[in-house]
Amino acid sequence: MKALSLPLPAEPMPGQIRFGALRRSAILLFGTPLNAVLTLLFGVLLVTTVPPMLHWLVIDAVLFDPSPRACRVATGACWSFIYAKSGQLLFGIYPLDERWRPAIVCVLILALLAWSVRPASWAPRLAALWVAALVLIFWLMAGGFGLAEVPTSSWGGLPVTLILTVVAIGVAFPVGILLALARRSTMPTIRIGAVVLIESVRGLPLLSILFVASIMMPLFLPEALLPDKFVRALVALTIFAAAYLAEVIRGGLQAIPNGQYEAAAAVGLPFWRTQYLVILPQAIRVAIPALANTIIVMIKNTSLVLVVGLFDLISSGKAALADPDWPSPAAETFLFIGAIFFALSFSFARFADFLERRGPTAH
Amino acid sequence: MLSSAAKRVPPMPDPSDPPAIEMIGMNKWYGNFHVLKDIDLTVLRGEKLVICGPSGSGKSTIIRCINRLEEHQQGQIVVDGVELTNDLKKIDLIRRDIGMVFQHFNLFPHLTILENLTLAPIWVRRMRRAQAEQTAMHYLERVKIPDQAHKYPGQLSGGQQQRVAIARALCMSPKIMLFDEPTSALDPEMVKEVLDTMIALAGDGMTMLCVTHEMGFARQIADRVVFMDQGEIVEMNTPSEFFSHPRHRRSKLFLTQILN
Repeated sequence: MKALSLPLPAEPMPGQIRFGALRRSAILLFGTPLNAVLTLLFGVLLVTTVPPMLHWLVIDAVLFDPSPRACRVATGACWSFIYAKSGQLLFGIYPLDERWRPAIVCVLILALLAWSVRPASWAPRLAALWVAALVLIFWLMAGGFGLAEVPTSSWGGLPVTLILTVVAIGVAFPVGILLALARRSTMPTIRIGAVVLIESVRGLPLLSILFVASIMMPLFLPEALLPDKFVRALVALTIFAAAYLAEVIRGGLQAIPNGQYEAAAAVGLPFWRTQYLVILPQAIRVAIPALANTIIVMIKNTSLVLVVGLFDLISSGKAALADPDWPSPAAETFLFIGAIFFALSFSFARFADFLERRGPTAH
Repeated sequence: MLSSAAKRVPPMPDPSDPPAIEMIGMNKWYGNFHVLKDIDLTVLRGEKLVICGPSGSGKSTIIRCINRLEEHQQGQIVVDGVELTNDLKKIDLIRRDIGMVFQHFNLFPHLTILENLTLAPIWVRRMRRAQAEQTAMHYLERVKIPDQAHKYPGQLSGGQQQRVAIARALCMSPKIMLFDEPTSALDPEMVKEVLDTMIALAGDGMTMLCVTHEMGFARQIADRVVFMDQGEIVEMNTPSEFFSHPRHRRSKLFLTQILN
């Protein structure tokens, strides 16, 4: 889409620039009585809130002093807590001596994500690379084969958030595509099955699905058949994400005109190739804004696993705050955790934006 | 190849060959609406048929039945010696050999022109990419737009898009070409470039069925003109006979309406 090109004002003379800009801002800020009142009100708001905020954030804050004592007397933020507790915040209750393992896992996942957003790496071998990486990740996290074993109940922090996000969304996306196609199928059993699954999952709060997975499943499954609690939560998140993604993708599918199916059929392309080569690339592109929206919500939904006793970033933060030596700087901790979630979500939003701009713009 | 063919006398259809398409007692309904009534039609190899008629007469439906974009409910359709049934594998095999050009082009907007042309040869005919691209460029030259190969359909004019659609169909080396009102969605100044492409194709001896209102085109290339009304074939004749001595009242009425 092209931006409307507005006629640019004529170049001002060198001496005119500052005066012109000043005049324009003055008119903008005080041009009418309403503007003047709003400007004054906003000015008062800035003057009363910004200085205290700066004091708390930086000027009165404890930045580097590693002792808890400094934080007790300071009136500003206690950033040294974040630094001193970074290990616990990022890796939770993972055994201290083994923290290098989740650290490698985090770096590995982030590096792979960065690698995967390049169009040049979009090939079938990228999926193989991810599968291999996930095997390595689970080995590093869980141990065995030469590494000390760490049960999933001791996993925590950033690696848990990253693994839940990547695996749940990575699996939910193809499953969502299949569900969306199934819901549009002409075969009644397939269509009804998809409708029942999607509507029942969408009709339940994620919390209740997580509770079913972690609390109710042990009641009616023998222990030998019961998957690990982490895996159960992962499956619950995946199913939930798949149901939502399916509806978003179905929205994209509805936008594809019938002529595209006919053109594909007319050259003898069979069903799956038609979907893969012709329909889905267009449907997913149409659905990118809604897909990005759903996926960002899902990134943040992973934090709900804390209610079933898994230690994601937020639970790790709460655990770190329980240390009696420190004055429990909750705001700072949650700002830090919020920044991590923001970095993940915002990066994804930028990626979605990039995808949207790529390729042909006109239909 | 194309330009010289336009001047060459096209090879005459040979009635002793097995026909390209045969419809026997074919009927089709949409719910209770009887769209096609007792259609009997034989198209010889190399024959050019123009199908015309008022809108809603079933002329598009009849050619869409030939590659089973529409199903018929009664009677027989035999294409290239194979009867059309619910056997999907057979249908896909038949469709490979029938090229179709749509009123609204139906190019794949997410693919470049070259990718539009190579998609089916690569994924249906299992052709190697290099060879498919070579074939694609050959046909793009024939429709006179090789310079647009790396653009997307949305960047081309309607006439160019329709010529790409013709080239896309030709890349599968079809035995039969179906045209469903190929010029109806075009701006008037672009109609000629598409018709010229089709005339050149006719000169090469392709079996062609065209649903069109372009009567000048029909006069120039058609071996027979089929006039349809209300789901029936009302009249079928050589273009000179049909245009100068229409036998039915409905044909006469249609011709007076369309030629004015």
